[in-house]
Amino acid sequence: MNDTSQTKQTALYDLHVELGAKMTPFAGYDMPVQYPDGIMKEHLHTREKAGLFDVSHMGQVVISGANPAKSIEKLIPGDIEALSAGQMRYSFLTNDNGGILDDLIVTQRGDDLFVVVNAGCKDQDIALFKSALKNDATVTVLDDRALVALQGPKAVEILARFNPAVADMSFMSYQELEIAGAACFVTRSGYTGEDGYEISIPNERAEEVCRAFLAEEEVAPIGLGARDSLRLESGLCLYGHDLTTETTPASAGLLWAISKRRREEGGFPGATIIIDEIAAKPKMKRVGILPEGRAPAREHTEIADMDGNVVGEITSGGFAPSLQAPIAMGYVPLELSKADTQLQLIVRGKARAAKVVKMPFVEQRYYRG
Amino acid sequence: MSTKYTKDHEWVTVEGDVATVGISVYAQEQLGDVVFVEVPDMGRELEKGDELAVVESVKAASEVYAPVKGEVVAVNEDLEDKPSLVNEDAQGAGWFAKIKIEDTSDLEDMMDEAAYKEYTEGLS
Repeated sequence: MNDTSQTKQTALYDLHVELGAKMTPFAGYDMPVQYPDGIMKEHLHTREKAGLFDVSHMGQVVISGANPAKSIEKLIPGDIEALSAGQMRYSFLTNDNGGILDDLIVTQRGDDLFVVVNAGCKDQDIALFKSALKNDATVTVLDDRALVALQGPKAVEILARFNPAVADMSFMSYQELEIAGAACFVTRSGYTGEDGYEISIPNERAEEVCRAFLAEEEVAPIGLGARDSLRLESGLCLYGHDLTTETTPASAGLLWAISKRRREEGGFPGATIIIDEIAAKPKMKRVGILPEGRAPAREHTEIADMDGNVVGEITSGGFAPSLQAPIAMGYVPLELSKADTQLQLIVRGKARAAKVVKMPFVEQRYYRG
Repeated sequence: MSTKYTKDHEWVTVEGDVATVGISVYAQEQLGDVVFVEVPDMGRELEKGDELAVVESVKAASEVYAPVKGEVVAVNEDLEDKPSLVNEDAQGAGWFAKIKIEDTSDLEDMMDEAAYKEYTEGLS
Protein backbone atom coordinates (compact mmCIF):
# COMPACT_ATOMS: atom_id res chain seq x y z
CA MET A 1 0.00 0.00 0.00
CA ASN A 2 1.73 3.08 -1.29
CA ASP A 3 0.87 6.50 -0.04
CA THR A 4 -0.38 8.03 -3.27
CA SER A 5 -1.55 11.29 -1.70
CA GLN A 6 1.63 13.06 -2.78
CA THR A 7 2.25 11.32 -6.08
CA LYS A 8 1.05 12.61 -9.43
CA GLN A 9 -0.55 10.56 -12.17
CA THR A 10 0.19 10.67 -15.88
CA ALA A 11 -2.61 10.84 -18.46
CA LEU A 12 -2.19 7.08 -18.88
CA TYR A 13 -2.68 6.12 -15.22
CA ASP A 14 -6.11 4.50 -15.71
CA LEU A 15 -4.83 2.52 -18.67
CA HIS A 16 -1.89 1.18 -16.63
CA VAL A 17 -4.22 0.04 -13.87
CA GLU A 18 -6.58 -1.56 -16.38
CA LEU A 19 -3.62 -3.43 -17.93
CA GLY A 20 -2.77 -4.85 -14.50
CA ALA A 21 0.40 -2.83 -13.90
CA LYS A 22 2.18 -2.90 -10.58
CA MET A 23 2.30 0.82 -9.79
CA THR A 24 5.11 2.36 -7.77
CA PRO A 25 6.07 5.92 -6.84
CA PHE A 26 8.92 7.17 -9.04
CA ALA A 27 10.16 10.77 -9.18
CA GLY A 28 6.88 12.01 -7.72
CA TYR A 29 4.65 10.02 -10.08
CA ASP A 30 2.75 6.80 -9.65
CA MET A 31 4.33 4.79 -12.48
CA PRO A 32 4.03 1.22 -13.81
CA VAL A 33 7.13 -0.75 -12.80
CA GLN A 34 5.86 -3.85 -14.59
CA TYR A 35 2.76 -5.42 -16.08
CA PRO A 36 1.57 -9.00 -15.45
CA ASP A 37 4.10 -10.42 -17.97
CA GLY A 38 6.98 -9.34 -15.70
CA ILE A 39 10.27 -7.56 -16.38
CA MET A 40 12.02 -10.49 -18.07
CA LYS A 41 9.31 -11.07 -20.69
CA GLU A 42 8.71 -7.35 -21.21
CA HIS A 43 12.41 -6.78 -21.81
CA LEU A 44 12.72 -9.63 -24.32
CA HIS A 45 9.51 -8.58 -26.05
CA THR A 46 10.98 -5.12 -26.66
CA ARG A 47 14.15 -6.61 -28.15
CA GLU A 48 12.16 -8.97 -30.38
CA LYS A 49 9.09 -6.94 -31.36
CA ALA A 50 8.00 -3.63 -29.86
CA GLY A 51 7.29 -2.21 -26.43
CA LEU A 52 5.19 0.78 -25.43
CA PHE A 53 6.51 2.84 -22.51
CA ASP A 54 4.85 5.71 -20.65
CA VAL A 55 7.54 8.30 -19.98
CA SER A 56 5.14 11.18 -19.37
CA HIS A 57 6.80 11.84 -16.03
CA MET A 58 9.73 13.35 -17.92
CA GLY A 59 9.75 17.11 -18.42
CA GLN A 60 8.84 18.51 -21.85
CA VAL A 61 9.95 22.10 -22.23
CA VAL A 62 9.96 24.60 -25.10
CA ILE A 63 12.57 27.34 -25.16
CA SER A 64 11.87 30.20 -27.55
CA GLY A 65 13.46 33.55 -28.22
CA ALA A 66 15.68 35.35 -30.70
CA ASN A 67 18.31 32.57 -30.71
CA PRO A 68 17.33 29.86 -28.25
CA ALA A 69 20.18 27.59 -29.42
CA LYS A 70 22.71 30.22 -28.45
CA SER A 71 20.84 30.82 -25.19
CA ILE A 72 20.78 27.21 -24.05
CA GLU A 73 24.48 26.81 -24.87
CA LYS A 74 25.13 28.98 -21.80
CA LEU A 75 23.99 25.99 -19.72
CA ILE A 76 25.10 22.93 -21.69
CA PRO A 77 28.25 21.94 -23.61
CA GLY A 78 26.25 20.47 -26.52
CA ASP A 79 26.64 21.99 -29.97
CA ILE A 80 23.05 23.15 -30.41
CA GLU A 81 23.85 25.94 -32.86
CA ALA A 82 25.04 23.27 -35.29
CA LEU A 83 21.60 21.64 -35.41
CA SER A 84 19.32 22.24 -38.40
CA ALA A 85 15.57 22.29 -37.93
CA GLY A 86 14.37 18.76 -37.19
CA GLN A 87 17.66 17.55 -35.70
CA MET A 88 18.21 16.66 -32.06
CA ARG A 89 21.13 15.99 -29.77
CA TYR A 90 21.94 14.45 -26.38
CA SER A 91 23.58 16.84 -23.91
CA PHE A 92 23.72 17.66 -20.21
CA LEU A 93 23.47 20.58 -17.83
CA THR A 94 26.73 21.20 -16.01
CA ASN A 95 27.59 23.08 -12.83
CA ASP A 96 30.54 25.34 -12.01
CA ASN A 97 32.56 22.37 -10.73
CA GLY A 98 32.19 20.51 -14.00
CA GLY A 99 29.65 18.11 -12.51
CA ILE A 100 26.50 17.01 -14.28
CA LEU A 101 23.15 18.43 -13.12
CA ASP A 102 21.01 16.39 -15.51
CA ASP A 103 21.18 14.87 -18.95
CA LEU A 104 18.71 15.92 -21.60
CA ILE A 105 17.73 15.87 -25.26
CA VAL A 106 17.51 19.11 -27.23
CA THR A 107 15.59 19.29 -30.52
CA GLN A 108 15.95 22.25 -32.87
CA ARG A 109 12.47 22.89 -34.26
CA GLY A 110 13.34 25.94 -36.33
CA ASP A 111 11.24 28.41 -34.36
CA ASP A 112 12.18 27.12 -30.93
CA LEU A 113 13.87 24.29 -29.01
CA PHE A 114 12.00 21.28 -27.66
CA VAL A 115 13.83 19.93 -24.63
CA VAL A 116 13.15 16.69 -22.71
CA VAL A 117 14.61 16.40 -19.21
CA ASN A 118 14.54 13.74 -16.50
CA ALA A 119 11.52 13.51 -14.23
CA GLY A 120 13.55 13.66 -11.02
CA CYS A 121 15.39 16.82 -12.12
CA LYS A 122 12.70 18.69 -14.00
CA ASP A 123 11.78 21.19 -11.28
CA GLN A 124 15.44 22.09 -10.85
CA ASP A 125 16.06 22.23 -14.61
CA ILE A 126 13.04 24.39 -15.38
CA ALA A 127 13.96 26.82 -12.59
CA LEU A 128 17.50 26.97 -13.99
CA PHE A 129 16.30 27.62 -17.56
CA LYS A 130 13.95 30.33 -16.35
CA SER A 131 16.50 32.15 -14.23
CA ALA A 132 19.56 31.78 -16.48
CA LEU A 133 17.73 32.56 -19.73
CA LYS A 134 15.31 35.16 -18.42
CA ASN A 135 16.76 38.01 -20.51
CA ASP A 136 16.84 36.26 -23.83
CA ALA A 137 14.39 33.36 -23.95
CA THR A 138 10.94 32.22 -22.88
CA VAL A 139 10.61 28.86 -21.14
CA THR A 140 7.29 27.04 -21.53
CA VAL A 141 6.58 23.78 -19.72
CA LEU A 142 4.35 21.45 -21.74
CA ASP A 143 2.53 19.77 -18.87
CA ASP A 144 -0.49 19.32 -21.13
CA ARG A 145 1.30 16.61 -23.11
CA ALA A 146 2.01 12.95 -22.46
CA LEU A 147 5.21 11.29 -23.71
CA VAL A 148 5.38 7.66 -24.77
CA ALA A 149 8.14 5.58 -26.34
CA LEU A 150 7.53 2.87 -28.92
CA GLN A 151 10.73 0.85 -29.05
CA GLY A 152 11.93 -2.29 -30.77
CA PRO A 153 12.74 -3.71 -34.21
CA LYS A 154 9.05 -3.67 -35.19
CA ALA A 155 8.46 -0.07 -34.05
CA VAL A 156 8.97 1.44 -37.51
CA GLU A 157 6.61 -0.99 -39.20
CA ILE A 158 3.93 -0.43 -36.56
CA LEU A 159 4.13 3.36 -36.42
CA ALA A 160 4.19 3.58 -40.24
CA ARG A 161 0.72 2.02 -40.23
CA PHE A 162 -0.42 5.21 -38.49
CA ASN A 163 1.68 7.59 -40.55
CA PRO A 164 4.02 6.36 -43.30
CA ALA A 165 6.24 9.47 -42.92
CA VAL A 166 7.89 7.99 -39.82
CA ALA A 167 9.69 5.33 -41.86
CA ASP A 168 11.94 7.89 -43.56
CA MET A 169 12.97 9.66 -40.36
CA SER A 170 16.59 9.06 -39.39
CA PHE A 171 17.88 8.44 -35.86
CA MET A 172 17.74 11.60 -33.73
CA SER A 173 15.34 13.51 -35.96
CA TYR A 174 12.02 15.24 -35.23
CA GLN A 175 8.74 15.74 -37.07
CA GLU A 176 5.27 16.99 -36.21
CA LEU A 177 2.90 14.33 -37.45
CA GLU A 178 -0.68 13.23 -37.04
CA ILE A 179 -0.86 9.84 -35.32
CA ALA A 180 -4.28 8.24 -34.90
CA GLY A 181 -5.85 11.67 -35.33
CA ALA A 182 -3.71 13.39 -32.68
CA ALA A 183 -1.17 16.15 -33.34
CA CYS A 184 2.07 14.56 -32.15
CA PHE A 185 5.72 15.47 -31.86
CA VAL A 186 7.55 12.41 -33.12
CA THR A 187 11.28 11.79 -32.67
CA ARG A 188 13.20 8.75 -33.82
CA SER A 189 14.95 8.19 -30.54
CA GLY A 190 14.67 6.32 -27.28
CA TYR A 191 16.61 4.83 -24.43
CA THR A 192 16.50 1.10 -25.01
CA GLY A 193 19.25 0.72 -27.61
CA GLU A 194 16.61 -0.33 -30.14
CA ASP A 195 15.24 1.53 -33.12
CA GLY A 196 12.08 3.35 -32.13
CA TYR A 197 10.27 6.58 -31.47
CA GLU A 198 9.31 8.91 -28.69
CA ILE A 199 5.91 10.47 -29.24
CA SER A 200 4.57 13.52 -27.45
CA ILE A 201 0.76 13.48 -27.45
CA PRO A 202 -1.79 15.99 -26.08
CA ASN A 203 -2.91 14.59 -22.71
CA GLU A 204 -6.54 14.26 -23.75
CA ARG A 205 -5.61 12.05 -26.72
CA ALA A 206 -2.87 9.99 -25.06
CA GLU A 207 -4.98 7.06 -23.88
CA GLU A 208 -6.74 6.71 -27.21
CA VAL A 209 -3.45 6.74 -29.15
CA CYS A 210 -1.89 4.21 -26.77
CA ARG A 211 -4.89 1.91 -27.06
CA ALA A 212 -4.48 2.08 -30.85
CA PHE A 213 -0.78 1.09 -30.49
CA LEU A 214 -1.61 -1.72 -28.09
CA ALA A 215 -4.20 -3.07 -30.53
CA GLU A 216 -1.33 -3.85 -32.91
CA GLU A 217 -0.40 -7.43 -32.16
CA GLU A 218 3.38 -6.86 -31.89
CA VAL A 219 3.01 -4.20 -29.18
CA ALA A 220 3.11 -4.94 -25.44
CA PRO A 221 3.06 -2.40 -22.60
CA ILE A 222 6.44 -2.21 -20.85
CA GLY A 223 7.13 -0.88 -17.35
CA LEU A 224 10.00 1.08 -15.86
CA GLY A 225 11.66 -2.14 -14.65
CA ALA A 226 12.38 -3.32 -18.18
CA ARG A 227 13.16 0.22 -19.29
CA ASP A 228 16.00 0.14 -16.77
CA SER A 229 17.35 -3.27 -17.79
CA LEU A 230 17.13 -2.32 -21.49
CA ARG A 231 19.08 0.92 -21.06
CA LEU A 232 21.70 -0.79 -18.90
CA GLU A 233 22.29 -3.49 -21.53
CA SER A 234 22.72 -0.66 -24.02
CA GLY A 235 25.34 1.03 -21.82
CA LEU A 236 23.23 4.16 -21.35
CA CYS A 237 23.54 6.30 -18.22
CA LEU A 238 20.78 6.86 -15.70
CA TYR A 239 20.90 10.27 -14.07
CA GLY A 240 21.15 10.19 -10.27
CA HIS A 241 23.02 6.88 -10.52
CA ASP A 242 25.66 6.80 -13.28
CA LEU A 243 25.70 10.57 -13.62
CA THR A 244 25.61 13.00 -10.70
CA THR A 245 26.99 16.40 -9.73
CA GLU A 246 30.13 14.47 -8.68
CA THR A 247 30.73 12.99 -12.13
CA THR A 248 32.24 14.97 -14.98
CA PRO A 249 31.77 14.48 -18.73
CA ALA A 250 35.30 13.03 -19.05
CA SER A 251 34.86 10.58 -16.18
CA ALA A 252 31.43 9.53 -17.46
CA GLY A 253 32.77 8.93 -20.97
CA LEU A 254 30.51 11.56 -22.52
CA LEU A 255 33.11 13.68 -24.32
CA TRP A 256 31.61 12.60 -27.65
CA ALA A 257 28.77 14.97 -26.79
CA ILE A 258 31.08 18.02 -26.67
CA SER A 259 32.01 19.27 -30.14
CA LYS A 260 35.33 20.80 -31.22
CA ARG A 261 33.74 24.25 -31.32
CA ARG A 262 32.36 24.00 -27.81
CA ARG A 263 35.74 22.74 -26.52
CA GLU A 264 37.46 25.72 -28.12
CA GLU A 265 34.90 28.34 -27.16
CA GLY A 266 33.71 27.08 -23.77
CA GLY A 267 31.02 29.33 -22.39
CA PHE A 268 29.12 26.75 -20.30
CA PRO A 269 29.24 26.19 -16.53
CA GLY A 270 32.44 24.46 -15.43
CA ALA A 271 33.93 24.82 -18.93
CA THR A 272 37.52 25.32 -17.77
CA ILE A 273 37.46 22.29 -15.49
CA ILE A 274 35.69 20.13 -18.08
CA ILE A 275 38.01 21.13 -20.93
CA ASP A 276 41.19 20.82 -18.84
CA GLU A 277 40.16 17.31 -17.84
CA ILE A 278 40.02 16.23 -21.48
CA ALA A 279 43.81 16.61 -21.73
CA ALA A 280 44.67 15.78 -18.13
CA LYS A 281 42.46 12.62 -18.12
CA PRO A 282 39.98 12.00 -15.33
CA LYS A 283 41.00 10.11 -12.18
CA MET A 284 37.96 7.85 -12.34
CA LYS A 285 36.25 6.41 -15.38
CA ARG A 286 32.84 4.89 -16.00
CA VAL A 287 33.18 1.34 -17.32
CA GLY A 288 31.08 -1.69 -18.11
CA ILE A 289 31.58 -4.56 -15.69
CA LEU A 290 30.77 -8.20 -16.22
CA PRO A 291 30.50 -10.15 -12.96
CA GLU A 292 31.48 -13.82 -13.17
CA GLY A 293 28.78 -16.28 -12.23
CA ARG A 294 25.14 -15.41 -11.79
CA ALA A 295 25.08 -13.11 -8.75
CA PRO A 296 24.01 -9.57 -9.72
CA ALA A 297 26.05 -6.69 -8.26
CA ARG A 298 23.67 -3.86 -7.45
CA GLU A 299 24.19 -0.12 -7.22
CA HIS A 300 26.66 0.86 -4.42
CA THR A 301 28.42 -2.52 -4.53
CA GLU A 302 32.07 -1.90 -3.75
CA ILE A 303 34.62 -2.55 -6.49
CA ALA A 304 38.04 -3.79 -5.33
CA ASP A 305 41.30 -4.34 -7.16
CA MET A 306 42.93 -7.80 -7.13
CA ASP A 307 44.75 -6.90 -3.88
CA GLY A 308 41.43 -6.27 -2.20
CA ASN A 309 41.64 -2.48 -2.02
CA VAL A 310 38.29 -0.82 -2.56
CA VAL A 311 38.77 1.41 -5.60
CA GLY A 312 35.28 2.28 -6.77
CA GLU A 313 31.58 1.59 -6.76
CA ILE A 314 28.89 0.10 -8.99
CA THR A 315 26.44 2.80 -10.10
CA SER A 316 23.97 0.57 -11.98
CA GLY A 317 23.81 -3.17 -11.79
CA GLY A 318 21.36 -5.92 -12.39
CA PHE A 319 20.51 -8.90 -14.51
CA ALA A 320 20.55 -8.69 -18.30
CA PRO A 321 17.59 -10.64 -19.68
CA SER A 322 19.08 -10.66 -23.21
CA LEU A 323 22.34 -12.18 -21.95
CA GLN A 324 20.90 -14.20 -19.06
CA ALA A 325 23.79 -12.93 -16.98
CA PRO A 326 24.45 -10.11 -14.53
CA ILE A 327 25.88 -6.84 -15.88
CA ALA A 328 26.87 -3.58 -14.26
CA MET A 329 28.50 -0.22 -14.75
CA GLY A 330 30.56 1.68 -12.28
CA TYR A 331 33.49 4.00 -11.74
CA VAL A 332 37.07 2.73 -11.40
CA PRO A 333 40.46 4.48 -11.44
CA LEU A 334 41.61 5.28 -14.98
CA GLU A 335 44.43 2.73 -14.77
CA LEU A 336 41.89 -0.04 -14.11
CA SER A 337 39.47 1.04 -16.85
CA LYS A 338 40.86 -0.97 -19.79
CA ALA A 339 38.76 -3.84 -21.14
CA ASP A 340 39.57 -7.23 -19.58
CA THR A 341 41.00 -5.70 -16.38
CA GLN A 342 40.23 -8.12 -13.55
CA LEU A 343 38.35 -6.72 -10.58
CA GLN A 344 36.51 -7.99 -7.53
CA LEU A 345 33.01 -7.05 -6.48
CA ILE A 346 32.15 -7.19 -2.80
CA VAL A 347 28.64 -8.65 -2.79
CA ARG A 348 27.28 -9.15 0.73
CA GLY A 349 30.77 -9.40 2.16
CA LYS A 350 32.03 -11.93 -0.39
CA ALA A 351 34.54 -10.97 -3.07
CA ARG A 352 33.33 -12.12 -6.47
CA ALA A 353 35.39 -12.07 -9.66
CA ALA A 354 34.51 -9.61 -12.41
CA LYS A 355 36.13 -7.89 -15.36
CA VAL A 356 35.93 -4.63 -17.24
CA VAL A 357 34.17 -4.94 -20.60
CA LYS A 358 33.40 -2.64 -23.48
CA MET A 359 29.88 -1.27 -23.60
CA PRO A 360 27.22 -1.59 -24.86
CA PHE A 361 26.59 -5.09 -23.54
CA VAL A 362 23.99 -5.60 -26.27
CA GLU A 363 24.53 -4.02 -29.68
CA GLN A 364 22.54 -0.83 -30.32
CA ARG A 365 20.29 -1.00 -33.36
CA TYR A 366 19.50 2.62 -34.19
CA TYR A 367 18.26 3.53 -37.67
CA ARG A 368 20.93 5.59 -39.41
CA GLY A 369 19.15 5.65 -42.78
CA MET B 1 3.28 -33.30 7.07
CA SER B 2 1.76 -29.83 6.99
CA THR B 3 3.30 -26.62 5.74
CA LYS B 4 3.57 -23.58 7.98
CA TYR B 5 4.18 -19.98 6.97
CA THR B 6 5.79 -16.86 8.41
CA LYS B 7 4.69 -13.27 7.95
CA ASP B 8 7.82 -12.76 5.85
CA HIS B 9 6.47 -15.36 3.40
CA GLU B 10 8.82 -18.21 4.19
CA TRP B 11 7.33 -21.70 4.30
CA VAL B 12 8.49 -24.56 6.49
CA THR B 13 7.74 -28.26 6.37
CA VAL B 14 8.99 -30.44 9.20
CA GLU B 15 10.17 -34.03 8.88
CA GLY B 16 11.51 -35.47 12.13
CA ASP B 17 13.67 -32.66 13.51
CA VAL B 18 14.53 -31.13 10.13
CA ALA B 19 12.74 -28.12 8.66
CA THR B 20 12.78 -27.58 4.90
CA VAL B 21 12.53 -23.87 4.13
CA GLY B 22 11.59 -21.87 1.05
CA ILE B 23 9.50 -18.90 -0.01
CA SER B 24 5.79 -19.07 -0.76
CA VAL B 25 4.07 -19.05 -4.13
CA TYR B 26 2.73 -15.63 -3.16
CA ALA B 27 6.25 -14.35 -2.45
CA GLN B 28 7.68 -15.52 -5.77
CA GLU B 29 4.78 -13.86 -7.59
CA GLN B 30 5.62 -10.59 -5.84
CA LEU B 31 9.33 -10.89 -6.67
CA GLY B 32 8.91 -11.79 -10.31
CA ASP B 33 11.55 -13.65 -12.29
CA VAL B 34 14.18 -15.01 -9.90
CA VAL B 35 17.64 -14.81 -11.46
CA PHE B 36 19.89 -15.78 -8.55
CA VAL B 37 19.61 -17.33 -5.11
CA GLU B 38 22.40 -17.16 -2.57
CA VAL B 39 21.91 -20.16 -0.30
CA PRO B 40 23.67 -20.46 3.09
CA ASP B 41 26.86 -22.44 3.65
CA MET B 42 26.41 -25.99 4.92
CA GLY B 43 26.88 -26.33 8.64
CA ARG B 44 26.09 -22.72 9.41
CA GLU B 45 24.42 -22.15 12.77
CA LEU B 46 21.49 -19.80 12.41
CA GLU B 47 19.47 -17.93 14.97
CA LYS B 48 15.80 -17.51 14.22
CA GLY B 49 15.53 -14.32 12.13
CA ASP B 50 19.10 -14.47 10.77
CA GLU B 51 19.56 -13.99 7.05
CA LEU B 52 19.16 -17.44 5.52
CA ALA B 53 19.31 -16.64 1.83
CA VAL B 54 19.09 -13.81 -0.68
CA VAL B 55 16.76 -13.99 -3.65
CA GLU B 56 17.54 -11.74 -6.60
CA SER B 57 14.99 -10.80 -9.22
CA VAL B 58 15.82 -8.74 -12.32
CA LYS B 59 15.07 -5.62 -10.33
CA ALA B 60 16.14 -6.16 -6.74
CA ALA B 61 17.59 -8.36 -4.02
CA SER B 62 15.42 -9.61 -1.14
CA GLU B 63 16.50 -11.27 2.09
CA VAL B 64 15.00 -14.50 3.32
CA TYR B 65 15.18 -15.07 7.07
CA ALA B 66 15.65 -18.28 9.03
CA PRO B 67 12.21 -19.16 10.43
CA VAL B 68 13.78 -21.45 13.04
CA LYS B 69 17.06 -21.65 14.98
CA GLY B 70 19.43 -24.44 14.04
CA GLU B 71 22.17 -25.82 11.82
CA VAL B 72 21.99 -25.83 8.03
CA VAL B 73 22.13 -29.52 7.10
CA ALA B 74 21.29 -29.29 3.39
CA VAL B 75 21.08 -26.63 0.70
CA ASN B 76 19.37 -26.80 -2.68
CA GLU B 77 22.29 -26.84 -5.10
CA ASP B 78 19.97 -27.01 -8.12
CA LEU B 79 19.18 -23.33 -7.60
CA GLU B 80 22.68 -22.37 -8.69
CA ASP B 81 22.01 -23.34 -12.31
CA LYS B 82 18.27 -23.02 -12.24
CA PRO B 83 17.08 -20.19 -9.96
CA SER B 84 13.81 -20.14 -11.92
CA LEU B 85 12.81 -23.24 -9.89
CA VAL B 86 11.72 -20.71 -7.28
CA ASN B 87 9.15 -19.33 -9.74
CA GLU B 88 8.15 -22.65 -11.22
CA ASP B 89 7.81 -24.68 -8.02
CA ALA B 90 8.29 -22.40 -5.03
CA GLN B 91 6.95 -24.87 -2.51
CA GLY B 92 8.58 -27.95 -4.03
CA ALA B 93 11.76 -28.08 -6.16
CA GLY B 94 12.43 -24.42 -5.33
CA TRP B 95 13.27 -25.07 -1.65
CA PHE B 96 16.32 -23.24 -0.24
CA ALA B 97 17.72 -25.12 2.75
CA LYS B 98 17.10 -27.69 5.45
CA ILE B 99 17.66 -26.68 9.06
CA LYS B 100 18.03 -29.05 12.02
CA ILE B 101 15.53 -27.60 14.47
CA GLU B 102 16.86 -26.84 17.94
CA ASP B 103 13.71 -25.52 19.49
CA THR B 104 10.32 -26.71 18.25
CA SER B 105 8.63 -23.76 19.98
CA ASP B 106 9.98 -21.68 17.04
CA LEU B 107 7.23 -23.28 14.96
CA GLU B 108 4.40 -22.29 17.28
CA ASP B 109 3.71 -18.78 16.11
CA MET B 110 3.64 -19.68 12.40
CA MET B 111 0.49 -19.70 10.30
CA ASP B 112 -1.16 -22.73 8.76
CA GLU B 113 -2.30 -22.75 5.11
CA ALA B 114 -5.70 -21.18 5.80
CA ALA B 115 -4.34 -18.46 8.09
CA TYR B 116 -1.58 -17.60 5.60
CA LYS B 117 -4.07 -17.39 2.75
CA GLU B 118 -6.15 -14.97 4.77
CA TYR B 119 -3.01 -13.01 5.67
CA THR B 120 -1.90 -12.57 2.03
CA GLU B 121 -5.40 -11.61 0.94
CA GLY B 122 -5.23 -8.78 3.44
CA LEU B 123 -2.06 -7.43 1.76
CA SER B 124 -2.31 -5.33 -1.33
